[in-house]
Parts: sequence; C-alpha cells; structure tokens
Amino acid sequence: MMVPLDPCNKPTSQRRITEGDTVVVYERHDSMRAVTVSAAGVLQNRFGVFRHADWLGRHFGSKVFSSGGVGGKGGRKAGGGFVHLLAPTPELWTLVLSHRTQILYIADISLVVAYLELVPGCVLLESGTGSGSLTTSLARAVAPHGRVYTFDFHDQRADSAREDFEKNGLSSLITVAVRDIQGEGFPDEYSGAADAVFLDLPQPWLAIPSAGTMLRQDGVLCSFSPCIEQVQRACETMRSCFTDIRTFEILLRTYEVHEGALKSATANEASSEGSSLPGKKRKIRSAGEALDSSQTSSVIARPCSTARGHTGYLTFARKSVHGSQTGAAEVCPTS
Amino acid sequence: MAQPPPPTAVIPREAWEGCSVLLDVNDGDRLAFFRLTPGATVKIGDKSCSLQPLLGRPFGSLFRVGPDGLLPCQDDGKPRDAGAAQDETRDNRSLVDNNTAQTLSSEDIEAMKREGASGDAIVEALIANSSTFGNKTVFSQEKYKLKKQKKYAPKVLLRRPSTRSICETYFKKYPARIGFMRVDTLSLLLSMANVGAYSDVLAVDMVGGLVVGAVAERLGGTGYVCSTYLGSAPSSIDIIRMYNLNSEMTSRIFQAPLSDLCSLKTSGDAPGSIQGDEPGVVPDESFQSSLEKPSDTEVSDGNAQSTTAQPIDIEAPEPATDEHLNQGDISMPDCKGSNGNSIAPKAPRAGKAPSPERMKYWGEHGFSSLIVAAPGHEVESVVADLLPLLSYSAPFAIYHQYLQPLATCMHSLQVSKMAIGLQITEPWLREYQVLPSRSHPHMQMNAFGGYILSGIRVHKPDPLGARVQEKSSGATESMLVSL
Repeated sequence: MMVPLDPCNKPTSQRRITEGDTVVVYERHDSMRAVTVSAAGVLQNRFGVFRHADWLGRHFGSKVFSSGGVGGKGGRKAGGGFVHLLAPTPELWTLVLSHRTQILYIADISLVVAYLELVPGCVLLESGTGSGSLTTSLARAVAPHGRVYTFDFHDQRADSAREDFEKNGLSSLITVAVRDIQGEGFPDEYSGAADAVFLDLPQPWLAIPSAGTMLRQDGVLCSFSPCIEQVQRACETMRSCFTDIRTFEILLRTYEVHEGALKSATANEASSEGSSLPGKKRKIRSAGEALDSSQTSSVIARPCSTARGHTGYLTFARKSVHGSQTGAAEVCPTS
Repeated sequence: MAQPPPPTAVIPREAWEGCSVLLDVNDGDRLAFFRLTPGATVKIGDKSCSLQPLLGRPFGSLFRVGPDGLLPCQDDGKPRDAGAAQDETRDNRSLVDNNTAQTLSSEDIEAMKREGASGDAIVEALIANSSTFGNKTVFSQEKYKLKKQKKYAPKVLLRRPSTRSICETYFKKYPARIGFMRVDTLSLLLSMANVGAYSDVLAVDMVGGLVVGAVAERLGGTGYVCSTYLGSAPSSIDIIRMYNLNSEMTSRIFQAPLSDLCSLKTSGDAPGSIQGDEPGVVPDESFQSSLEKPSDTEVSDGNAQSTTAQPIDIEAPEPATDEHLNQGDISMPDCKGSNGNSIAPKAPRAGKAPSPERMKYWGEHGFSSLIVAAPGHEVESVVADLLPLLSYSAPFAIYHQYLQPLATCMHSLQVSKMAIGLQITEPWLREYQVLPSRSHPHMQMNAFGGYILSGIRVHKPDPLGARVQEKSSGATESMLVSL
C-alpha cells in the first residue's frame, strides 16, 4: 500500500514482504522496476535470476541475492548479483511507472503540491491524468480523507491509470473519469467544491473558466505548459477571475561525489600515476590507498554534466475573492 | 461507479478570532504575521489600524486605509493595462530628469490629506499635475501610478498562513532564521521524505520550526512528528505558531533529545528495557493524558520552551515587522493557556515529550521518514545516529546550505552501506513575468535555495550471516551508489 489509509497499514520495520505486495526492485539509482510479488514469480535482470519465494518474509529494504549459479551478463561474478527490495513511494513510482505520456518529475511535483497548498482532506481536480505520476503524489497529499478527481479524454489511458491506482491501493483517494475538459469543462457537481485545480492540457485557456467555477474562494489553480506561448495565453485568460498569477520554472541540479586525491601543486611528478581525479571506475577506498603522503585526500563534489534543461512552466493563480463577497458569481462564466 | 460526495472543506477560508494571519502591504513590500486578537493593530504609514475589520473576511481579501481604519476594497484593486503592447510607439527620448515635472508640492498634498482627500484622489491629482505623464509609455505610466498608489493609497492583502506563504515570507524577510531554505527546497524535502498522512516523521529542525510546522500541516492531525535536538535544550520551533494548526495537529508534535532516541537502539530491541527507565522521559506523561492537562505537566520542558521562545520576537531586525508576533498573545499562546483560539479550546502545547509507549513504538517500528535541517551543523555524525532509527526502506532528506558537509555525509553513507539511492540535488527556481509581448524571466532572482542529500535506508544483513556474499559484490555496490 503506497499511501497508508489508516495507521495499521503504514510501512514499518515490523512489516515483511508478503504475497501480492508491490516492491520496487532497486538495481541502481537509474534502474528500478515495480514488481508484484507472487510465490511462483521469478525476476530476471542483468544481475541474475531472483525467485520471489526468497523474498517472502523479508523486510522491505532488504538486499537479496540472485539464485546461485545463474550469473548476470557483462562480466559480473556469477551468483554475486543482488538487488534491494523497496517499499513503493510516490517518488519511486514516478521512476518506475510505464510512460504512456510525458510525465512530471519530483521537482515540478513537489512545487505543485506546495503551491496548491494541499493538505489532508483537500478536494482536487486534475486534467489530464496522463500516466498518473503527479496524481499519485497528489493522492498522498490529500489522504486519508481527501480526494483527487482526475480526468483524461483518452479512454485507454484512463483505464490504465485506474488499474495502476487500484494496484497501488489508491482507489479510495483517486477517481478517474473520461472527459474532455477543454471541450466540456469540469462536471458541474464539483462547482465551488475544489480546493485546488491542476491543468496539464495543450490549450489550458479553454479549461480555465471552468476551473474558476470549480474552485473555492482563495483556492489555487496550477497550469503546466511546456511552451511560453501557452503560458502567455493561459495568463491572459486567468486575469479575469484570478489574482496572484505567478509563473515559475524549476529544475534540479544533481551532484556527483567522489573520494578524490588532488595532486599537490608542489609535489613532484613521481606520484602522479597512482593518484587520479575520480574516474568512472573509482572505488571507495579507505586507509592504505589514501595515505599517499603528499596528496590531499578528500571527498569532493561537482555538478553532474547532464541534466534536464526544461520540463515546463508552472503557472499558479489564486481564485479572486472579490465579487464572491458581494454575492455575484458572474465573474467566472463557464466558457 | 458510485461517487461519494466530496468531503467538506478542510481549509479555513475566512479569518476568525484568534487565528494567525499574514498581512501583505503593497504587494509584498511589507509582510508580517498577526494574531487576530481584539486589541491587535497594524501600523500603516503613520496610522495605527485595528485588525477587527478582518474578522470573518475571506483570505485573499484586499483592504485599504480609510479614515477610520481598514476598509475592504470594493474594486478588484488591480489596475490592469489593456495590453496593446505592440502598438506602443512612445519612448523616453524627450524625458529630462530635472525634478520639475511635478507641479504639486508636498504642502499641497498635505493640505489635500487634511481636507480628507482619499489616497486615490491624491494619486489622480499627482498624475494630473505631472507634465511628463502623458508622454510616458503605457508601461511607465502604469509604473508611475503604482508607485504613487503605494505611497498614498496603500493596500493591505489578507493572506492565509500556510507552508507556502510562511516559508516565502521568512525567506524574503528573515532568510537567516530559516537557514536560507527556499520554498521549493522545503517542498522537495517533504516529497523526498515521503511525508503524508500517518507518517512517523523524525525531524531535526534548526530552522525555527518551519520544517516541523510544514510536516504537521501535511500530517493533518494524523501520524506524528518527533522533533529531536542535539544538546540539552530543544531548538526553538516557534514558527509553528504562524501556522493555524488546530489542536489535533498540534498534539502530533513531540520533542525529544537525540540522546533519548539513540538509547532506543543502544538498549537493544528488548521491549521492556525502554519503558520506564529512560532518563529523559517523563514517566507519567502519556499522549492521552497530556491532552487533558496541557498546562500543568512537564514543567522542565515548559521552561525550556519559554526561554527559547523569546528571542525570535525580540530580535526583529526591521521596523517593517515591528509588530511581528507581538500582537496579542501570539508570542506565548500555548504556554499560558490563555488564548481564545476558537478552534483549539484546550490548545495542547506543541512539542511535548513523547510517552514511553510512543518511544517504544518508534524503537520497534522505526520512523517512516527523516528530515534534517541543521544548516549550521556538521551532519555526518548526526545522520549516522539518526538513520538506525528509521524503518527499513524509509526515505530521508537532509538539507544544508553548504555542499561539502553533504558530500562528506553521502560518502560515509556509501561506505557504511546503510543507504541506497543517494543523491545530492540543488533546486533552481526562476520566476517569469508573463505579459503580452513582454514575457521574460524576472530581472532579479534568488540564485540559491540550498542543497539536499536524499536516500533510502536499507536493511543491513546480519554482519556475520552474509559476510561472504557481501564481499564478493562489494565492488559492484560501490560503483553503483557513487552515481
């Protein structure tokens, strides 16, 4: 269960892996997958063959080794392969889910959750559902008693998302429906009931008037668009019944850390071959190796040389309370 | 599929007696928190205005200063330009800065004020008497108007304190108090640590309570947040008073010295050894009883709280927030039990010592998340002490304003193999001006919001059991984790 719905089903050190659990199999930071555990199941990857039966009864977070003899590829030692079995979280889910669309990643997701001011119990409308990456984090934010109503115009995608949510135990938090929000707006039944609305649509300006109708006063709208032209147009539409319109771009820079011995500027050439700036193969070594006299051995860090350069612009706006005070609802006509 | 009706509102949308509010004067020029007590006032210009007119008003309402104090603005308060940017042909070629453009003298303006002219009327008069106004571009006309409006017709925006607005306010006004933690960084910490309902969050909060408050908000009255501290006195978590945490949410906040928590592990997993004989735990202070008698228990903790509570109120460095927290009883609301907060009639105090039962539970089940925000501290040893307190597979996020301590910490975690998925990240946040044909990033941006080391605690096999296998794959492991 990815998001606990009562105190009993939260992951603790007492919980063991059982039949039917979803575990995230961690090979390395950029290589993970979600696996449903079944007694007869077998996982095969480059580190070897893993029998699910060996996992049952273990702690989440355990390191498990491949069954003896069946070595992995790429010159790894036979039988020495291992993976870690992790309890799924929305963050891990974002890294393992099957991409049916472009998805949002942790930086955008965390800013969206914070700026939409989501807390447990909130009601939130989302369109489109896409692959459900953001939806899963939204569900955690509003759990246990809140609800995410998410809409996608794509039948099949909605079905797949619904299956994922079901599998992750999120069905009571997320309702998936098929609907063209740009064309029809959100259903009237949520009028004035939403604490927040999230739009990830190609033409968000078509849905913004409806979003305004759905929101409670002072509720927050977010629109995610990759292109500034979309943002431009969305903002123009927002000005009629929203205030506090702000557009952001958020990116993450990651750092790599190595234990490296920098050559001393005064030392002679002799020691150069043993030392190195950290290469790809650098191993973590303590003691002996590091004692190389004239060098300063230390942990050093630098930014990784590749990074995501753009995801999209996040535009946030607050539903204006002026007008609702005088009882006039004419400010935000639905299209 | 039958759809259950949407749940009822959980976010208060109107200001109430005794609540904490954030006032934003002139579009962010001044930001200050206030407690809406009957006597509370805000000073705007040279006028002291009662905050009573805010009661019952929706958050997001705009006020202006009238002759008798704050008045709700009737218009939307947003002078909007009509666009038409492409057609702008005027420019500043004829503009000469010789200080003669304005024919209205300061005496004239004073006279208008005495006669009771409204701020808007003064702004109009200034525009009418400016010989250059007509030649300005639409944009600079707008700028001029805004500048004069701020001076002569200040606007006060009533904002709801939330993690977002509280973090933004402190970051803008007192960044040092929150260790220069930007709102996107805080958001990432909460996500990376998987904070949600029913979490058991272990936090080291040396950023004034910002993290503890944000976690309590995300817990929504479920789960627990245990704020642990390094020395003998708890670090101040006063910022949580800016949040409108209700009594249920407040009751979820505990404080415990790190030494007590560490003894959960060193005393072994034998359940009996934890109960009763822990030096720092008040024996009869159980979670339930503390709700009933909030004021007369745990005297020692109360003292610690009150001594650490003072500085934040006093050292307000700018006159802009001179009233900061000093209104009514916001400075010491819970210790005296004297606040008239309507939604928290018995207002349990935040930061009680956890009961032995709770400690025992944490010892056996582990915390489900860890957040460390100790921006002035070395973190390696703290993290080494704290990680064993986490449940297996629990994620953690460590904040620091410097890279090196995190790099060292990450390296030692790689060596100890206590955690996987280790990553140091730094968020980069840029805000944009979006206007017709005039969209571009803001000219000024904050260039640094802090670093985060995140990872997942893993189960370390019995040192004797898997030793041989560990050896054979050690090389692989170290390569994998070093990014």
